[in-house]
Amino acid sequence: MPSFIKAINSQVGRKIMTGITGIGLMLFLIGHIVGNLTIFGAPEAFNIYTKTLEDLGPLLYVIEAGLAFFFLYHTILGVSIWWNRRKARPEGYKKYQTKGGPSHQSLASKSMVYTGIIILVFLVIHIWTFKFGDTEMVKLASGEMARDLRALVIEKFTDPLYAFGYTFVLSLLILHLSHGFWSAFTSLSMKSKEASKKVQMGAYGFAIVIMLAFIFIPLYIYFTGGSCDAALISCN
Amino acid sequence: MSKDMTIHLKYWKQAGPDVPGHFEEYTLDTVNEHMSFLEMLDVLNEELQLKGKEPVEFDYDCREGICGSCNLVINGQAHGPKAEVACCQLHMRNYKDGDKITIEPPRAAAFPIIKDLVVDRSAFDRIIEVGGYVSVKTGSAQEANALPVEKEKSDEAFEYAACIGCGACVAACPNASASLFTGAKLAHLNKFPQGEVERSNRAVAMVDQMKEEGFGDCSNFAECEAVCPKGISISAIAEMRRDYMKALVS
Ligand code: HEM
Ligand code: SF4
Ligand code: FES
Repeated sequence: MPSFIKAINSQVGRKIMTGITGIGLMLFLIGHIVGNLTIFGAPEAFNIYTKTLEDLGPLLYVIEAGLAFFFLYHTILGVSIWWNRRKARPEGYKKYQTKGGPSHQSLASKSMVYTGIIILVFLVIHIWTFKFGDTEMVKLASGEMARDLRALVIEKFTDPLYAFGYTFVLSLLILHLSHGFWSAFTSLSMKSKEASKKVQMGAYGFAIVIMLAFIFIPLYIYFTGGSCDAALISCN
Repeated sequence: MSKDMTIHLKYWKQAGPDVPGHFEEYTLDTVNEHMSFLEMLDVLNEELQLKGKEPVEFDYDCREGICGSCNLVINGQAHGPKAEVACCQLHMRNYKDGDKITIEPPRAAAFPIIKDLVVDRSAFDRIIEVGGYVSVKTGSAQEANALPVEKEKSDEAFEYAACIGCGACVAACPNASASLFTGAKLAHLNKFPQGEVERSNRAVAMVDQMKEEGFGDCSNFAECEAVCPKGISISAIAEMRRDYMKALVS
């Protein structure tokens, strides 16, 4: 029996960990979008949601550290798998083409490392903008004070650079997940052809539905100017 | 009688493992649609020799798709354009008059070029050496029905046992991973009661040896399944991953 360290560094272990971290990150995205959509709820809903998260205190740090670990581990594995190709095939083909059929070589699968790295750069900007962005304090109906993140979000997304920058990066995430969702289950040893077909359909569904939900927010705010007259933005 | 075709060939020439190689070009005017791809190369070599040139080396043995010796990368596809066909069984009727064909050796650090289109695939042998066998007592043969094998399992094992070790999976994989080959060998042996005993050690040893030999990681591109002349499915890789994980808890 190999030691745990040896096992996760084996070619099988690396792939299983890519899958596990990938699924972890997808679960995080589900949580993230559910939270984000409160921006279209009652005027206070979004700020109550963000305050609830901040009030978790030490528990929030633990969650954040876990997430950071998942992102980092996923990135290290993804980049190193990609990097290893050069060593495994120092001299490439003059001519190369996929044979199609059962192959999963596609724009999405071939660009995983590029879409991934862009997502990572985006993540840094994203955290900088919202987690560490300047906000006013507002008084909630409960009397407590909270950061007015809702105002910051609306302000940022009325800026075309943010609104369309977000839309662009999130579209790349659709690409990442349209292969990644299937690939993660395959890494975790999904075997049957029928399951594989269904999971690939699920991958397209998941990637498109979740990312359209994400993309909807900046675009909606941008095109309505974030004004209180917009159907989905209630101010009072 | 079918008309002769003209085929423009471009093939890799390399004098030995550690010297740089290059492409050479040659146009054949007498290609017949009934020829196999390798017979077409025989004609090429005949013409080259008549002209006092060195023939191009390529690997083959059975020429009937069962030995796994041939493994040319043809126009960027391992074994050429047809699914589940080894290049020795590929016929020139798949090409038309005037076609250009580029022929390259399988490219992988673990498969060093011996000469021209011939590569050294002993890395596969070493993966087999560390676990691709079953240990049985020698002596007189056991009664055939002493070890019952379920029909489904023997059928499945047979599918995986069809691997001829050609290395097309490695050649076509963007990462030059040997996962399909190794997975097929593991899945084949682990399905039988005779193989069950060494199951865990076999999985760990063979998976580790792939890395040792310098094959890349698997990225689930599934290109290996598309080029495998025996149609071995990536379910073999799932079997390998399961066996490896089971080894951790056994
Ligand atoms: C929210 C963020 C992300 C999610 C939800 C996500 C999801 C996934 C999933 C589910 C997979 C399939 C795992 C597998 O093949 O087993 C995957 C693969 C991959 N991810 Fe991500 N990912 C994210 C961010 C990133 C980042 C920041 C990088 C940085 C480079 C990255 C690079 C890769 C690469 C290179 C692969 C392919 C691995 C391979 O070739 O085997 N991903 N991702
Ligand atoms: S798995 Fe298929 S492609 Fe790979 S060595 Fe075996 S027969 Fe060849
Ligand atoms: S020469 Fe034997 S399989 Fe092609």
